[in-house]
Amino acid sequence: MGTTDTVLLAALGVLALVFGVLVFTLNSMARVTFSLLAALVCVGGITAVLGLPYLGVVIVLMMVMEMVIMAVFMIAYMMNPAGLMPMSMLHNKRGALTISGLVFVALAAGIFLVSWPDRTASRPRDTTFQVGRALMAEQMLTMVLLGFVLLATMVGATVLATHRGRYDRFGDDLDQRPAKDPAGGGVGR
Amino acid sequence: MTFELILVLAAGLFSTGLFGALSQQSIVMIMMGIELMIGGVIVAAADFWHFLAPGAPSGQVVIVAAVVAMAVEMAMGFAVTTAIYRARRVDMTDMAGELKG
Amino acid sequence: MVEAGAWWTLLAAPGLLVVLAALAVAGNAVLDARNAGRPVGVAGAVRPFLDVPRALVVQPRRLPAADRLLWRAGVVTVPVAAVLSTLVIPFGGHVVADLSVGVVWFNAMEVLTWAGLWLAGWGPNAAFSLVGGYRFLAQGLAYELPLMFALISAATGAESLRVGDIAAAQDGLWYAVWMPVAFAAYLAGVLAFSFLGPFAYPAGRDLAGGVLGEVSGVDRLLLRAGRWLWLASGAAMAVPLFLGGGAGPGLPAWAWSLVKTLLVLGLLVWGLRRLPVIRADRYVEFAWVVLIPLTIVQALVPAVVNLNR
Repeated sequence: MGTTDTVLLAALGVLALVFGVLVFTLNSMARVTFSLLAALVCVGGITAVLGLPYLGVVIVLMMVMEMVIMAVFMIAYMMNPAGLMPMSMLHNKRGALTISGLVFVALAAGIFLVSWPDRTASRPRDTTFQVGRALMAEQMLTMVLLGFVLLATMVGATVLATHRGRYDRFGDDLDQRPAKDPAGGGVGR
Repeated sequence: MTFELILVLAAGLFSTGLFGALSQQSIVMIMMGIELMIGGVIVAAADFWHFLAPGAPSGQVVIVAAVVAMAVEMAMGFAVTTAIYRARRVDMTDMAGELKG
Repeated sequence: MVEAGAWWTLLAAPGLLVVLAALAVAGNAVLDARNAGRPVGVAGAVRPFLDVPRALVVQPRRLPAADRLLWRAGVVTVPVAAVLSTLVIPFGGHVVADLSVGVVWFNAMEVLTWAGLWLAGWGPNAAFSLVGGYRFLAQGLAYELPLMFALISAATGAESLRVGDIAAAQDGLWYAVWMPVAFAAYLAGVLAFSFLGPFAYPAGRDLAGGVLGEVSGVDRLLLRAGRWLWLASGAAMAVPLFLGGGAGPGLPAWAWSLVKTLLVLGLLVWGLRRLPVIRADRYVEFAWVVLIPLTIVQALVPAVVNLNR
């Protein structure tokens, strides 16, 4: 690992922590969302610097989309989206601080007490190829499971979030065509 | 030493996220805490892959799984928030106490 | 083969992008002049550039309780992401950074526009601006997946995410010829992420300008420049992805890249004036019901072809 990489890692690491702390200290919900985005973009940067460019860039891509959608929900559900009226939205702050502090101390102690093994093999030339190959070969089951989990999430989230069923759309005898929808679509159904 | 310091960073992100998930009242803010925790997991997995076992793809697969977990967590979180808000105008955990098992 | 990392490319790439964007603006102005019945000439072409000095000296508009930090961040993100996206686009035989994941890099920079435009809508603390920002997100959810599958088609055809490899893999037959759906979805995506023409919905006139409604001065200049920079960047990226990069008979590689980029840019500028603005709710359904299945089938074609090669 060269000097540039070390400097980049240090800078990205400090920034990730700073933005991570800001998430729970800022008042404005928009700023909170985008400081979480900044923290996770730093995480993606660290991943890329550690030799995983594909996963790093994909993390950045996904997190931007995810956090922008999250901002929409933040604005929709929070009482104080712009932080113009500062208020505390915490409960059991002392307990939470104690628990998370203890967890951090335990993790840090483990990190420095465990004698980690040495590097076993050299890095592959193309790390993107390595992960792609693994997901389509020996880790195929993982990939299939992730696919099913995502499918179940899509169906489940849609069912939970929608408040109109098929009787609302197609009438009591399910024979109403076209369906009665609040907004029209582009393919003329 | 870089290896241990990056792990400490991962632990820091994880603990910060844990504090948020435990202390925040709003469901959306709890989800942000969980996202930060998974971010810590990603950093740790990339670190382990780079410094301990770069020959095996398992570290990368863990990151893929963590990213999927983030997406699933967010989608389901928003769906549940939308459902519970629609049912009783609640978006705070303390007001949804009857969901306790 | 593409040669990466010469120091002067770092200056040349943004410069070339700005020139291409300026040409697109000038071309659009000329077509405006022709439609309005004014004489077509240099005076008509430079007309929009008269706004530049005006924007630099104008008194900025002040709004109550504006989130200046996020507003500024959003406005700056759009043009900066456009410039960053060009780092991986080979021009002739040269590229700034020939990343092994160039296609994903371009996609990630393009997605940064989502954050930029939403923030630009949120910042001024004005309803119409915010609605414009939300409109771009709705539009984004529609155009993004077909665009991604179009990029995946090209990458699958070349079996590489490196943009230089994709250009080199089209030796003899352009991807635009045997992946027409992907090419069309890509061009629609370019218009969408530069929110121009049929996808100008986030900055619609029915919203008093939407995301552009409250920005003034240099901020306005940056945001409007961002649109055209993205259009130019998207046109430049179409050349290595679908039109064989700098390959061609007779002329040197850089000349072919330039000619092809200008042709795509001209097609886009002409097309964005011919099509009506599409409402996001209509385009979402069209994209998810028609475009996504089509582009998935399109991505299957190069996969099958590569298996049987």
